[in-house]
Amino acid sequence: MKRNKSVSLRINDRCRREQIASNETLLETLRRLGHTEVKCGCEKGDCGACAVLVDGTAVDSCLTLTWAVKDRAITTVSGLGTADTPHPLQTAFIERGATQCGYCTPGIIVAAHSLLQNVTNDPSDDDIRYALSGNLCRCTGYTKIIEAVAEAARVIREEE
Amino acid sequence: MNEAVDRMQQNTKTEFRLVGKPLPRIDAPGKVYGKTLYAGDYAMPGMLHAKVLRSPLASARIARLDVAQAWQLPGVACVLTAGDLVNQTVSTDFPDRVSAKPGQNNQPILVGDVIRYHGEPIALVAAETSAIAQQAIDLIELDLEPVAGVYDPFEALAPGAPIICGSDNIVSQYKVRKGDLEAGFAAADTIIENTFRTQFVEHAFLEPEVGLAWLDDYDVVNIRVSTQNVERFRDVAQALGIAHSKVRIMGAMVGGGFGGKNDITVEIFIALLAKASGRPVRMCYTREESFLGHAKRHPFTITHKTGFTRDGKITAAQIDMTSDSGPYVFLSPYVLMYATEVAAGPYRVDNLHIDSRAVATNNMYTGAFRGFGAAQACIAYEQQMDEAAKILGIDPMELRRRNLLDTGDATATGYRIESAVWIDECATRVIEALGQRSTDSGPIKIGRGLAVYQQPYGRLLWLQDTVEAWLSIELDGTVLVRCGMPDIGAGQISTLAQIVAEVLGLGMDDVTVYNSDSAATPFAGAATAVRGVYMAGNAVRLAAQAIRGRLADRAAQEFGARTELIDIAEGRVFVIDDRQRSMALTELIALCAADGIHRSELAIFRAPFGDPLDPETGQGQVHPDYTFGAHAVEVAVDTDTGEVTVTKSVSAHDVGQAINMQAVEGQIEGAVAQGHGYALSEELIYREGQLVTPSLSEFLCPTSMDMCRVQSIILESRTGLGPFGAKGASEVGLTPAPAAIANAVADAIGVRIHDLPITPEKVINALQSKEDLLSRSFRERGTAGIEEA
Repeated sequence: MKRNKSVSLRINDRCRREQIASNETLLETLRRLGHTEVKCGCEKGDCGACAVLVDGTAVDSCLTLTWAVKDRAITTVSGLGTADTPHPLQTAFIERGATQCGYCTPGIIVAAHSLLQNVTNDPSDDDIRYALSGNLCRCTGYTKIIEAVAEAARVIREEE
Repeated sequence: MNEAVDRMQQNTKTEFRLVGKPLPRIDAPGKVYGKTLYAGDYAMPGMLHAKVLRSPLASARIARLDVAQAWQLPGVACVLTAGDLVNQTVSTDFPDRVSAKPGQNNQPILVGDVIRYHGEPIALVAAETSAIAQQAIDLIELDLEPVAGVYDPFEALAPGAPIICGSDNIVSQYKVRKGDLEAGFAAADTIIENTFRTQFVEHAFLEPEVGLAWLDDYDVVNIRVSTQNVERFRDVAQALGIAHSKVRIMGAMVGGGFGGKNDITVEIFIALLAKASGRPVRMCYTREESFLGHAKRHPFTITHKTGFTRDGKITAAQIDMTSDSGPYVFLSPYVLMYATEVAAGPYRVDNLHIDSRAVATNNMYTGAFRGFGAAQACIAYEQQMDEAAKILGIDPMELRRRNLLDTGDATATGYRIESAVWIDECATRVIEALGQRSTDSGPIKIGRGLAVYQQPYGRLLWLQDTVEAWLSIELDGTVLVRCGMPDIGAGQISTLAQIVAEVLGLGMDDVTVYNSDSAATPFAGAATAVRGVYMAGNAVRLAAQAIRGRLADRAAQEFGARTELIDIAEGRVFVIDDRQRSMALTELIALCAADGIHRSELAIFRAPFGDPLDPETGQGQVHPDYTFGAHAVEVAVDTDTGEVTVTKSVSAHDVGQAINMQAVEGQIEGAVAQGHGYALSEELIYREGQLVTPSLSEFLCPTSMDMCRVQSIILESRTGLGPFGAKGASEVGLTPAPAAIANAVADAIGVRIHDLPITPEKVINALQSKEDLLSRSFRERGTAGIEEA
């Protein structure tokens, strides 16, 4: 893969110029740049483990070509919050036991963020199920994930 | 008073500070902030990337294999085929164990001659990038002559069938002979016979197999890998022809295992390539390769012939089980043993014959998967109970109640259960929790189903299972734990920390656990067999108790009080009935250090050991103990489309003692979801041994849209053999769920589908055949009053 294209990337609020290959996926670029929080599960858009936010909307980074998202805001789960400044979704996932093996978690949290940010901050369980339907979780049975997203939504509404 | 109740009362006296509480797991923050490093997140300078050439056919002979062009591709560092290997095969069994017939237990590392399954590895390439490695794989010339294969275990048993394994394709077989079968059937008022079938299932852990191998300055082969079992270093050493002590396997947080990462995955491949190339080598399976590259859940065909009295007492049972082992042995004998042991269910069956066998075919090889044979057995025995209930006209729960085992009763293998058997309690709770029954509307038919189970935890007694754990208390009062147990996402590490914190009166943050390293953490075996909390939990408990004992002795001396009166909590040590007499824990540790008192402990926990079952009668003790519970569901079946929707799903288990209530619920909810998928949608389809469903869009695990809320009900008898009376809880949620769903569908549509998964197509066909049966019956007998199938 020849890296012969120079693009500016905005990843978690930081701007950088990078040489990329024209057929490089956003998943490949992000992991090459050290964003190991973006997980590879299938490279086919079936599992959602690699989901990130592009301008606030969750996309599968394995199905996104990097040049196509140059200059756009790319946010991974680490860009949403840290241990010092946790996002309510992250806090709720910890407290509600919504992460087990954790491999789907980065994708699920950004998909939930996309729901709360772009669709509704007062989602029903069915809204949450629909929003997460592109993200497979093999550990939790989704019960605690749905509780955690509903809990985070409540916290966000109270903050607003 | 029986022993179980006695043990329960002893355990109830204990008040816990942390145990049982739904504490956030210590591994959770790293995972939600994206900080946790999985095996695939590690890289090294000069690292090569590796790929495997796999067979496109399931049964063939290699006529020609030419890797010359692959070698010539710029960027290729190493190409290996069977001819390059020191040892051609590696054992697929436990180290030093031979569960099948001698000489059958080995699998080729790379095939040089006969290919026995679709996807079998033929050649390895390591190159500067994975793209180059893949190009090199594509440049390998391979000419395969198809060989007649066999793809059905019953055909594999027929005379003249191609022989895939051993002399007769029988990988292992067992029998149970108990009581007088003939007399039992003679005493029956009704004899009911049914055959049930289960399918191949994929684990579909989200993290595909991945690892990184490198040689250090002492020629030790180091491997960082996603695994449930770091003790596979022995297999790697065997494959490379080097000493066990020259291979070190380090795990990482595992992105799901469910049994699928218990066997060797990439370890031997990357070790061979690292040794041959002298450079670090990373290999990561694609999703398709993951589907092709590891053992699947065994399909079983199970026939039950059961005799009942008019009032629903079982008089006799004859059970026949056949599982598909694929071409190699792996864990097939063990999975078959679990299935055989619980084949009759948690019921009193005095007159019992069980015959079981694992049979070799050219389908994918099969192995460990959550439930480990006990799940397949439950799918059969619990559907059989519902069929019997229907024919006898007895409520399904009532029929079960009349036959349930109790503490002190003998299981199928004659072992008398010592712990509590709270099946009735669990079943009563799940039925209650379903609440008001929904009503049919138009084509939507409502059905309800129940299933109960018994599931062993811990290893077979004749595997002499032990776990070691090392623990030290530092001068600042924090604790370091070393225990080899991998964390595969179930919360193993957090649970061990919680147990240690409980014993030593510390907070969770005071305990740091190092795990999953074959060189640096004491051996703990695999994170399988529902043994994490039971075995490793007991080992860390013993180590913590030893240290606590020494601390208490020294404090007692200081305070002039009896040792039993010393307690430690929240960083202070005090006399229980006189809290004025106290000191900081750090002060006490300093006193111990000044006296040269040992501040660390290496503990070993030994499970009960025992002999294998009597080969003629199948009698004896197989496992240390069992977990019991029940599952109930309500389903809505669309009789126009055949779609089955589970609308309510309730799972109750006596887990003995939950260590972390939230983690236990999580285990059960997740296992139940896998049970839903098993019942309704998950199926690997092999045609002539070739996998035709190698993706997550063809093999359908439940999505968030497919799952209803799972309600878990946790009961605690405190009669288990784990720490604080815990029983195993990590696999049990799966076991009864498929049978409960199958029973609910039969209840909804009035006809049973005997083969999992219950797809819309099968529902429509079943409804159609029921209609045909009814109309034929009208014609032939002029009556609609026939018994439904």
